[in-house]
Amino acid sequence: MAFLDRAARSLFLTELLGGMALTLRYMFKPKVTLNYPYEKGPISSRFRGEHVLRRYASGEERCIACKLCEAVCPALAITIEAEPRDDGSRRTTRYDIDMTKCIYCGLCQEACPVDAVVMGPNFEFSTESREELFYNKQKLLANGDRWEAEIAQNLAAEAPYR
Amino acid sequence: MPKLTIDGIEIEVEPGTSILQACEQLGIEIPRFCYHERLSVPANCRMCLVEMERAPKPVASCAMPCGDGMVVRTNSETVLKARKGVMEFLLINHPLDCPICDQGGECDLQDQAMAYGFDRGRYGENKRAVKDKYMGPVIKTIMTRCIHCTRCIRFINEVAGVPDVGAVYRGEHMEITTFVEKAIGSELSGNLADVCPVGALTHKPYAFTARPWELRKTETIDVLDAVGSNIRVDARGPEVMRVLPRVNDDINEEWLNDKSRYSYDGLKRQRLDRPYIRQNGKLVPASWAEAFTAIAARLKGLSGNRVAAIAGDLVDVEAQFALKELLSRLGSANLDCRQDGARFDTSVRAGYLFNSGIAGIEKADVILLVGTNPRWEGTLVNARIRKRYMAGGVTIASIGEQRDLTYPYSVIGTGPDTLQQLVDGSHPFSETLRAAKNPMIIVGMGAFQRADGLAVQAAARLVGEVYGMFRDDWNGFNVLHTAAARVGGIEAGFLPGEGGRDIHGILDGASKGEIDFVYLLGADEIDMAKLGNAFVVYQGHHGDAGAHRADVILPGAAYTEKNAVYVNTEGRPQLARLAVFPPGEAREDWKIVRALSEVLGTTLPFDTHGQLRQRLMAANPIFGAVGEMTPASWAPFGAQGPVDAAPFVTPITNFYMTDPISRASVTMANCTEALVGPAQERTGTHG
Repeated sequence: MAFLDRAARSLFLTELLGGMALTLRYMFKPKVTLNYPYEKGPISSRFRGEHVLRRYASGEERCIACKLCEAVCPALAITIEAEPRDDGSRRTTRYDIDMTKCIYCGLCQEACPVDAVVMGPNFEFSTESREELFYNKQKLLANGDRWEAEIAQNLAAEAPYR
Repeated sequence: MPKLTIDGIEIEVEPGTSILQACEQLGIEIPRFCYHERLSVPANCRMCLVEMERAPKPVASCAMPCGDGMVVRTNSETVLKARKGVMEFLLINHPLDCPICDQGGECDLQDQAMAYGFDRGRYGENKRAVKDKYMGPVIKTIMTRCIHCTRCIRFINEVAGVPDVGAVYRGEHMEITTFVEKAIGSELSGNLADVCPVGALTHKPYAFTARPWELRKTETIDVLDAVGSNIRVDARGPEVMRVLPRVNDDINEEWLNDKSRYSYDGLKRQRLDRPYIRQNGKLVPASWAEAFTAIAARLKGLSGNRVAAIAGDLVDVEAQFALKELLSRLGSANLDCRQDGARFDTSVRAGYLFNSGIAGIEKADVILLVGTNPRWEGTLVNARIRKRYMAGGVTIASIGEQRDLTYPYSVIGTGPDTLQQLVDGSHPFSETLRAAKNPMIIVGMGAFQRADGLAVQAAARLVGEVYGMFRDDWNGFNVLHTAAARVGGIEAGFLPGEGGRDIHGILDGASKGEIDFVYLLGADEIDMAKLGNAFVVYQGHHGDAGAHRADVILPGAAYTEKNAVYVNTEGRPQLARLAVFPPGEAREDWKIVRALSEVLGTTLPFDTHGQLRQRLMAANPIFGAVGEMTPASWAPFGAQGPVDAAPFVTPITNFYMTDPISRASVTMANCTEALVGPAQERTGTHG
């Protein structure tokens, strides 16, 4: 009997037709693919993208050179040097992140007592050379200025859970 | 001997032991802030509370002496609650700024808050804020962080003996201050930051530069004076970030003087990092091979008695030993490690060592200082004398200049004639010395840096003999050197050989043209003008006077950059260890001498540091007893003769700048400006 059943299905192409019916059904459903880079999917407020160094509203940089991010970084991607600034406050003279070493674990932003180093929503920072991925303080602060609005929104959204 | 029970364990302790000390003997940790084992006990932080049976309330264990039959508990509910309460009170006014505090990561308050504190605060009012005080070029203050433990006040009054720091107002308003705004006039002020359990007093030169967890710690020794303090060098990458003392009860206890502690920034400046050769009056960078060839060319055909070598103050034993071997192969006996021009007999060990040991000062009951200002020549020796003074029952006298030594003493004379009066018993101080059980004489370099140095040494020896300083159980004859290299050089035999010239002879010969080649092994303190037209090779680590005069410069390693032996003024060999690598093309000093010997065609018979150390130990076995004092046997030394009545003069005019490293240091320059010279003579009307 099994032989007859199989022969009948082959003869009348039922499986083929079933498959084509499925294809036809999807033609009338909304599309799930995105037309990247013109369209982008939603990302979580917890998304861990490119690092930024933030400033206060006054324009003063937040980072106080406590070096907790450097200490916690499991990939040893962060290098910090510090000295007293002219006004006597504790600031970095060097804040480097080697983005090729970074494993995007987010421990640096967890460790930061002043929310200075934050992993922003940006994931589109590919470069043509390795050297461009060795971020210095200037680059990180520029990132912060660029993404401040989104980051502030994300931090506000996450505040109840921290 | 009281017997008590702590946490169910019975222990018998010496009478007078506090409960806290008894707990330490049992290995039970008691948290504390104000208690420090080398300072007096004020019992004002209340962190060490323990519960005692039959006591109405918890007792402060640091101030409660053990009594017979006491039953103490350190981990009961009451004790834990008391600690939590005390911690909460301490944190009420302590700012929570650990991320910007230099003490962060090595802070007693931080650690103990984690271990014994409550996990949240209940205090919502405004915190106290205190104005920061100026305490000089090395101590940074953030007085809001102060928890009023008073360790700094006790340290500066008891150990340093310079009562510049105190407290004003009461209770919450109490402030630690220098009363009038001034730099703390103590050479031990850096220790204030060490004893401070929080971040109220921190090291100014170290401010914000590094965190304790990122530093590589190397246990080594200090060479900026002859005391040989034990230190820990903290480095990050190729850079020395700070220097801290290590505990060694025989030498520095746990203190360190400011020069040794803060001159490390001099290690980054003025460094010689490649060989140089002088061409047409100018120093031109060269390769090692070129430098060696230039030396070999000059030495070719030169007879040995026209060659000389002088060792400086910071040189290790290995380099001096290697250079001595090289010079003897070149047929020269003209070598001296006493670049300061001191004349003293080196044939008997007892004649040039600090025989009683620094810890031996605590046994002395009469101390006679001869031509020395120990406060500047050996700050920690002076601290030990002060400790002896604080214990009471000691008479201190000095022959030489009147200086503030932080303890009272009488000046009984100014020159060597006083020594002779003591020998024949005609001086009034003779009675005191005769009555002493353990009399001690400390002779400084000020007594030897004179034409009659040998006679002064003999006179000092006679004083020792007359008043019983040399006994089987006591040797009170002490020489306080000023240079870390000196005793090591003498023990290694870096001294004029048979028919050789000493330092005076070398300089004399060079200026007269009888010496054509002078090898300066880190020697910077000699009068370079006296070198005349001699060809000068300078091997060292800093571009100082010697390098300025040199025809060939060979870059060597500083004390933090090599594994080497140094011998302190007690005759105690100690190991310096490599903390960072020498900069650029600089090399360890013995390697340079060994490499040069090969170019000169008289290769020295050692290829490794181990082989060199073996030869060193074969030449003088004391180098094998690292960290030990080899007692010196007694034999007559010095040369009796006429003495000059001129008063003794202390050789150090500026404590903060005595060597190439401290002269290159910015911190030391700041200290000099604030604490030595014109600033001290300035009155209020100087604007």
